[in-house]
Order: sequence, then structure tokens, then C-alpha cells
Amino acid sequence: MYPVSLDVNGKTVSAEVDARTSLLDLLRETLGMPGSKKGCDHGQCGACTVIVNGVRINSCLSLAVSHDGDAVTTVEGLADGESLSPLQKAFVSHDAFQCGYCTPGQLCSATALLDEIKRGEPSVVTDGKVTLNEEEIRERMSGNLCRCGAYNNIVDAILSVAGEPA
Amino acid sequence: MNQQDSRKWIGQPLDRVDGPAKVTGQATYAADYRGNSPAAIGFIVEAGIGKGRIVSIDTRAAEASDGVLLVLTHQNAPEQAPFGSHDDAGRFGQSHAVLENENVKYHGAPVAFVVAETLEQARHAAHLVSVRYDQQPGVFDAEAHEDKATKPDSLDGADQADKEVGHFEPAFEKSAVTVEAEYHTPSQHASAMEPHATVAEWSDGKLTVHMAVQIIADARKGFANTLKIEPGDVRIVSPFIGGGFGSKLGIHNEAILAALAARELDRPVRVAQTRRNLFANGPHRTAHRHRLKLGADADGRLQAVSHDSLAVMSRGYPFAEAAGGLTQSSYAAEAIRMSHRIVEANVPKVDSMRAPGEAIGTLVFESAIDELAERCGIDPIEFRLLNEPETEPGSGKSFSTRPLARCLREGAAKFGWQSGVVRPGMKRDGRWLIGHGVAAAIRPNNIEPAGAEASLARDGRLTLSLDMTDIGTGTYTILGQIAAETLGMDTGAVEVRLGDSDFVETCGSGGSFGAGSTGTAVQQACDSIRTDILARAARIDPDWSGVNSADLTIDGDRVSVGDRSLALGDILDAVGGEAFRAKSHIKPGDAHKTMAQYSYGALFAEVGVDADTAEIRLRRLLGVFDAGRILNHKTAHSQLMGGMIFGIGAGLLEESLMDMRYGAFMNRDLAEYHIAVNRDVPRLEVHMLEGFDEHSNPLGSKGIGELGICGTGPAIANAVYDATGHRARKFPIHIEDVLPAVARLTKGNAASR
Repeated sequence: MYPVSLDVNGKTVSAEVDARTSLLDLLRETLGMPGSKKGCDHGQCGACTVIVNGVRINSCLSLAVSHDGDAVTTVEGLADGESLSPLQKAFVSHDAFQCGYCTPGQLCSATALLDEIKRGEPSVVTDGKVTLNEEEIRERMSGNLCRCGAYNNIVDAILSVAGEPA
Repeated sequence: MNQQDSRKWIGQPLDRVDGPAKVTGQATYAADYRGNSPAAIGFIVEAGIGKGRIVSIDTRAAEASDGVLLVLTHQNAPEQAPFGSHDDAGRFGQSHAVLENENVKYHGAPVAFVVAETLEQARHAAHLVSVRYDQQPGVFDAEAHEDKATKPDSLDGADQADKEVGHFEPAFEKSAVTVEAEYHTPSQHASAMEPHATVAEWSDGKLTVHMAVQIIADARKGFANTLKIEPGDVRIVSPFIGGGFGSKLGIHNEAILAALAARELDRPVRVAQTRRNLFANGPHRTAHRHRLKLGADADGRLQAVSHDSLAVMSRGYPFAEAAGGLTQSSYAAEAIRMSHRIVEANVPKVDSMRAPGEAIGTLVFESAIDELAERCGIDPIEFRLLNEPETEPGSGKSFSTRPLARCLREGAAKFGWQSGVVRPGMKRDGRWLIGHGVAAAIRPNNIEPAGAEASLARDGRLTLSLDMTDIGTGTYTILGQIAAETLGMDTGAVEVRLGDSDFVETCGSGGSFGAGSTGTAVQQACDSIRTDILARAARIDPDWSGVNSADLTIDGDRVSVGDRSLALGDILDAVGGEAFRAKSHIKPGDAHKTMAQYSYGALFAEVGVDADTAEIRLRRLLGVFDAGRILNHKTAHSQLMGGMIFGIGAGLLEESLMDMRYGAFMNRDLAEYHIAVNRDVPRLEVHMLEGFDEHSNPLGSKGIGELGICGTGPAIANAVYDATGHRARKFPIHIEDVLPAVARLTKGNAASR
């Protein structure tokens, strides 16, 4: 077992972890935060997406021991207390989910996506200047599968928030 | 809106009431459940052969591995009722026994179950289990074993496996224009985002199961029948389900394994199937061969239609899809014939996947109709309108409603359909060959028996309790809307409690019958409360006698009719009782027997096919649907979009490929089993007709969850034909299937330059 200490949603947490434990299982099993979901455990579905040091990753593909000292944001940390984040609110009002199982990953992905745009990071569909549009969102959200088929509504939810002043 | 209008909740596009829980990670799915004592974690060891016998199984290394608590195999598994026994309870309620004996039933079936303190320990130890097999030749492929084909005893979605109306052969013989084609549709896995998961715990001989399941009451029977205990000693809890699409109608291997191990260890056991597990330890839709023959007269009037299907059935698990059922209900013809054949095979459970029967039935049938229209020289929409039946062709029954023609006409107008005979390869947008396609969607409308319990407290808060599930369909939300409208109250005062076998039994979620059935039960229970309130009020104030119950409203803790108003508490104090309570039980009305009931749609697709690579991209997809009265426009719209995206998968993406030498599915993950991703899906256009089918149920609603998938795949296939001249004979359509047609077109263009 190996000691790790990390910041999760603004709180410092410490744990002893098996070298084989993924960041996802650290969150779900050891830290009692099952909001992040396991859809495939192979980095193929995106349900486990969390934000580590400002960048979204598939937490199922990353070993917990490699995150000592990191800052992690999960779906449980997106709201400000009882007040939902603009993206969370937009997901509800645009019906950007049905079963809700992919939603924690979609939300973490979308939250990080908005920062990627602000940082001017291009994607494969970027043509010149990095701007937020439907095509960019579709491309950048394609690592988050949704079997219920809420894709159009996810795009709309993100667009609606992107239009708001920061 | 005035006061009265604001109480008309049914149909309103309200946000999901479970939305905030789902966006904050607070919605508890099965594998998220944490009980009072920590659960041990289970891991399935899968059979590495498709058929044969376990010669020896060595579990010593696994048992000695760190943290391992138990290794179950057929040698030490507790006694269970034989798999398939108690079949009177249906295929979901029958015994689902696992690890029964040394015989391997299918590739990937559990041969051992390792339970340890942690997932890492269980997973590692599972790889230490060593199994030696005596492999035997198995039956995996229906076509290779067609000589063993039989008529299925029961068929999901049709009364009879074989049926002929009129005389098919002579009608086909005399047809001026014919299409005769063989199609293949693939095996598919529902691939809900939440893998099947179960947490089982025992206390005083009673089993509590937190699991992902669509029909609670059947799951309860399934556990009881497998474990030889009373249904009353099983409690199932399933408040949130991460998608079902049929795959969670019943219980699967992980559920029974968890229950067995938890009893052995006297400790809760949790097991979540891995994504890889699901391809063998969850159910799937199997591959079908379809033979279609269609004949029309010179004017384009259908004369003869036949659909013969062949597929495997998982040995000992009775399920077959009515792929040909649609021939009975779609278009008028002098003679209609269908037949279904199955070959019992050593394959994992074959079971319902979204719109069993129609999803694959429309895929091939609506493709063939398009082809026949072309051969008749008629626009595909005109062809369908020309063959609209007066009554259901297969039964002669009246349709409860039949707005298919309206769906087609309105869809054509909204899509901008250019009518005329399909002439492939005529539309171009730069490097893209453009094609338009249309197809009809049709899906039987069913109501199943269901109950509901409602309780109105003195503070005006209403609680609904029923064992219905919300698999993403919006049940929590729409049942609240129905109750609030019935009692003239605010939806915010209604609490909907679902997903627990302690509540009144319902039909659960499946077959698009959930909302209509349980919604009607909720409406009836609330109606009883309304009647009860008025009767009691009249006992304390005669002025309340004979008032119209439809005018009743509840505001906070007061009930009013017109200018009469009483506190609910005062009524209860005067006549006794803590709350107004009512239970209901509904069953399908006679109109479900005497009339033909369906939901309908018309789908329009535009594809672009790359003129060099034949890459197919869906550019537009539009649907006009009729599902009776819409209960919530927001969630209904989402369900239709979701169905349409399943249809994109059926047309272009999804297939589970089996290695027929070994009976093993090969593409067992989401990188190899392709479902549509965000960028595969263009802006979808969904239009719902404002209907009300009084024959369906008192709400006027019809099934919607499976409608969108029907018709979408063939609309895409027909668009691919329009773009390229390639007629799809197998699905999903691959680039290499289309390439020869694209090459012919491009060559022709080059030659003409």
C-alpha cells in the first residue's frame, strides 16, 4: 500500500492505496465519492471523466498513486454549495441526459472544455481561430458516450453557458 | 396563464425532477450503493470455450491470494433450482441458476466467481483460476445449422410464428413488379452506459438486492425461484438505472452470483460486470437472416408480402423476435405471409433489445418497400400512401388511430422532400454524393397490468409509491405531472417513490408500456383520493355534495372547489384518519384486443457519401411522430431523439461480431462495438403530432420509447441508395459495401466528361 495525499474538490484527503488502484476507484471505493461513474474501465466511454490540475482525464486509466499532490475536481465539486454551476443548471433545463449515468463525465468534460477554448487549444475541427461552436463541441465531447442519445441537448446546454458572461 | 391552466400539467415540458440529483452525482445507481457494512467485491471468471465440459478447475492459487474470501465454482456452488425451471413465471422470473455443473453453456459463461476484500484483489485472483476443458463442437450460427431450425414456441411481439393471410404464392406469381431479397441484420448489444451491477445482502434469511433492473416484480420472482426462497423474502431496490434498452428487463449472472456469495460469506457482496463481461453475461439481440418477397401490380398496388426470418435462440432460454410481425400491420396487400424459425444454439442469452421485432423488421422491410417503389416507378412516399390499409391487413381489426399518412406528408413538407422516382447519384455537394431517404416507423402500443398507491397528507403533500422504474425515461417526472393534474395541485407538492419491491407491483419499464400503464394507475389512485375528499367534505359541509370533482384544486393544505374551501386537516379530524390514501390496479382495456394499436412515425434522412472513400456521414435526420398524447414534451422529445440515434447505430454502426468457430463475441468493448458519438449525430429534427388515442388508455398516450429507432435505419439505408445506387442487404452498412457502387458512379461521371 502506498500513501497519497491529494486535493479533491477543495479538500485535502489522504489515503493508503493499492498500486493497482485507479484514480476512479480511489474516488469511488476509498474516498466514498461514487459520483464519478465506471462505464467501461478502459477509457472508451468517458463516464469517469474528472478534472485534474485543470485538465480533463479518464480517471479509470490513471493510477491513484500517480496523483499525489494533484488537485482533482469531480461532479460532486462542480456546484457551489447548494447552488448549481451554470453548466449543471443548463444540463437540467436542456434535458442533456436521460438515465444520467454518463452525466458526471459529460459535465466534467464540458467544464474543462470551456477552459480549453479560453486557453485557445485547437482541436481537429478547428479552422484558424479557436472559437466555440457546435462542431467544436461535438468533436470535443465525442469522448463522452451517451447511450440515451442526449447529444443535441448536451451541445445546446454547453452553447447556452458559453454565451453567458464569465 | 390563469389559475386553471397552470394546473394542466400533462404535456408540459417540465425539467426532470431527478435532474439536480443527476447533475451533482447524488443519484445512487446500483454500484454506488454503500450499506452499513462494507461489501466484499466479486469478479466473474468466464468460460474460454463455447461448448464442452470442465475437466478440472484449480482454485488453490486464487484462494491463497491476498484478500480472497471465497471462490465459487460448480463444485462448491450452493444448490439452486435448475436453470429454466419455474418457466411459468416467464423468462425473467424463471430460475437463472449459475455454476450448475461442469457443462459450459456458452463462451463467457461464469465458471468461477472470486470474492475478495477489494476489486484489485478479486480481479487479480480471478486470473489465477486455472480451468481445463474438454471442448465439443457447438452450434453458434443459425444459417450453418438451418437443418435444425424449428418453429419457436413463443414469439416476442406476435401471436403466431407462422401466419398467412390470403394465398401468398399465387398473389406473388401474378405480381407485375417484384422484389425478392435476402438481408442480414447483426447481433447487437444494448450497451447501456451503466454495466449491470448488484449488491446483495442477507439478514435473517431475507435477501435485499440493490441492482439495476427494469422490472422489479419479475426480478423478485427470478431470485426467489433460483434460490428456492419465497418472493416475500426478497427485496429489490433500484431507484436509478443507468439505461436499460431491454438489457435490464430481467436478472443476469452477476445478480445470482452476488446473492449466492453473500449468503455463503454472511456479508454483503457487490459485483459490477465489466464492460467485457456484459457481452456474454448480459443479453443481446441476435443476428437474423431475413428473406423478403414483395409483389405489386403495374399501378404500384401491393399484392403480396412475405417475410421469413431465421435466427438462433440461446439454448434453454425461450426468446425469439417477431422480425416479420410488421408485414401484418404496415401496408394493404392481397396476401401476406410471415414465418419465423430458430436454431437452439450455445450462445449467451438472446433477449429483447430496444423495439424487439420492429427495430430489425423495419430495417429490412422498409428498405424493400423503397426498392419496390423504385421498380414501380413511383415516389417512395406516394407508394406508401397508395398502399395505406383501411384496416389492419393481418387481422382485419380497425386501427385505434392511423396517422401514418399524416406523418409522411408533414415530414415531406418539413424535410423539403423532392418527390419523384429515386434516381441514384444525381445530387452532389462538392466531394459528397448526397442522398435522401424516407421510411415509416411503426411500433405496437401495449398496456400492461399495473398498480399504484397514493397518499395525501394533511399538509397537502402527495406521495406516490409504486415499484415502477425510471431508466432515463422520465418516469419520476411524468407520474408527478399526472398526479398533480388529477388533484389540481402543484407538481412541487408531489413526491414520487419508485424502484422498490416494497411498493405496489407494476409492469416496470419495457416495451414502451411503462408510462401509459403506470400513468393510468397513478391517475386512478389520485382520482380515488379526489372522490374520497369530496365525499368526506360533503359529510361535514353539505354544500360540497354533488360538486364536479374535476374542479377540485389543492393549494398548500387546503382543498377548494369553486368558492368552497376546507383545510385537509379539518376534513381528516372530522372523519378520522391521518391521510387520504388510495390504491389502484389497472389492466388493458378490451380495445387492446379488439383494435390494432400502434405508434407511428415517418423518418427522413440526408446522407453524404464521400465520392472517393465512400465514407458515409449522416447530414440530416428528421422524424414526425404520433404517440398519442404527449405526457411531457421535453422528455418525450429526448426519448425520440435517443431512439433515432439507436437507429443511426442500426443503419451504420452497431454489430457484435461472433467468431463462429468458437461462439465467442470478438468486439467486446466500446472501442470495437461502435455506438454513435456526439460528432456522429447531426442536429435532429423531432416533430410530434398532437394526438389522443382514447382506445389506448384514459390518458390518451401511446408508447414512445422504442418508436424513434424504427424507421431511422431504413431511412438512412434508402438515402445511401439515393446517393450511390447501393442497396443495403446487410446491416450496418460498411464503406466497403458501398465502394463498388460509388466507383461505378464516379467512373460513369469520368467517362461522360
